[in-house]
Amino acid sequence: MAFLELKNVRIAGMSACVPKSIEYTKDNPYISADYDFEDFIEKTGIHSRRKDESLVTSDMWCAAAEKLICDLGWDKKEIDVIISCTQGPDYIAPCTACISQDRLGLSKECYAAEIPLGCSGWVYGLSYIGSLLSTGCMKKGLLLVGDARTVLPTSDPIVGFAGTATAIEFQEGAEGFKFHFGTDGSGYEAIIIPDGGARNRISAKSLQMEDINGRQLCRLQSRMNGMDVFSFAITTAPKSMKKLAEHFKLNLESIDYCVLHQANMQIDEIIRNKMKFPKEKVPMCLPDFGNTSSASIPLTIVSQLRGKVENKYTKFLCCGFGIGLSWGSLAFDSEGMVLSDLVEI
Amino acid sequence: MEIKEFISNFAEQFDDLDASILSPETEFKALDDWNSLVALSVIAMIDEEYDVTLKGNDITGSNTIQDLYNTVCERM
Repeated sequence: MAFLELKNVRIAGMSACVPKSIEYTKDNPYISADYDFEDFIEKTGIHSRRKDESLVTSDMWCAAAEKLICDLGWDKKEIDVIISCTQGPDYIAPCTACISQDRLGLSKECYAAEIPLGCSGWVYGLSYIGSLLSTGCMKKGLLLVGDARTVLPTSDPIVGFAGTATAIEFQEGAEGFKFHFGTDGSGYEAIIIPDGGARNRISAKSLQMEDINGRQLCRLQSRMNGMDVFSFAITTAPKSMKKLAEHFKLNLESIDYCVLHQANMQIDEIIRNKMKFPKEKVPMCLPDFGNTSSASIPLTIVSQLRGKVENKYTKFLCCGFGIGLSWGSLAFDSEGMVLSDLVEI
Repeated sequence: MEIKEFISNFAEQFDDLDASILSPETEFKALDDWNSLVALSVIAMIDEEYDVTLKGNDITGSNTIQDLYNTVCERM
């Protein structure tokens, strides 16, 4: 059973960066051949997203990290670890974690590695960095998570750009993090970029447009089997959170905020109802920012809970789920967590 | 479960569809208002009402409402 408990670590703060540029769903002519933008908004809840095709992932999370380091008053020399997570790395190689160490001006005495996960990535990333810091040898770390532009521009009406930074530190006696994880690789084709990896190398065919569920996409662009992802999400996410609660004897009624991956409104509403949380306990940033992949949980906390949680003891339950198929649930308590103002570039 | 009730639940997933035009033999993907968003609502309805999780292939592999009903019954 993939449960994990990490003690002696805490989230010191979070920040998020989004492009200034807003794309409204109603202005997107490429929604689908099958339905119009009003139907799309009704079902997905996505009114607008932030997008700027000039920005790559490290532009966004480095801006978020600079703001957070400043707000925390951290000395850059003290940062021992960067874990990053993206499916839109600046380069195929080397990994964006190494590039970010240099861009942020961190010490060369820095552990840096990257996880190529999507919507579950923030939860997984926290388990990596928490594991590294919980022994106390390394004391401070940054988890950099998000996605910006991809190999080719996309007219995808769901995806928004965001880069986030989460600051984690060793603290003797801290309650730490409790996790449940799961994976079902048999669903690897449910969300996939078919070409461009070693399995299907880039060829002339990779650029040919195909009709995928009413949208024109080539094999270098992400495509989704919406029905399979939907079934997976509405069943797996609630089960994972309930398993976590049962295993660690968490009282779900005492949870202050349940922060879900911002998949689409219909999915998140079904999960919320299955978990029996009232709406005010499940903040959503989806209407304004769309589905921001691995950044969605920290972006929701930064954009929706700033001013509400910093000065009081707060119990969080989070769940990320998606491409892989991969999912992870997390429980943590915060006190004195710094949430930076949303950074817009 | 009766198919009459299933058809009524099915019809509710459309914005504005008269359930009386539907029968077990209706080829639902040929309905004017059928689209991939309605498909998601049908999956959600079946999950909530019957505690059965359909995948994409269950929808694409069904022609009539009866086909879909049979799949749900098999898994209940």
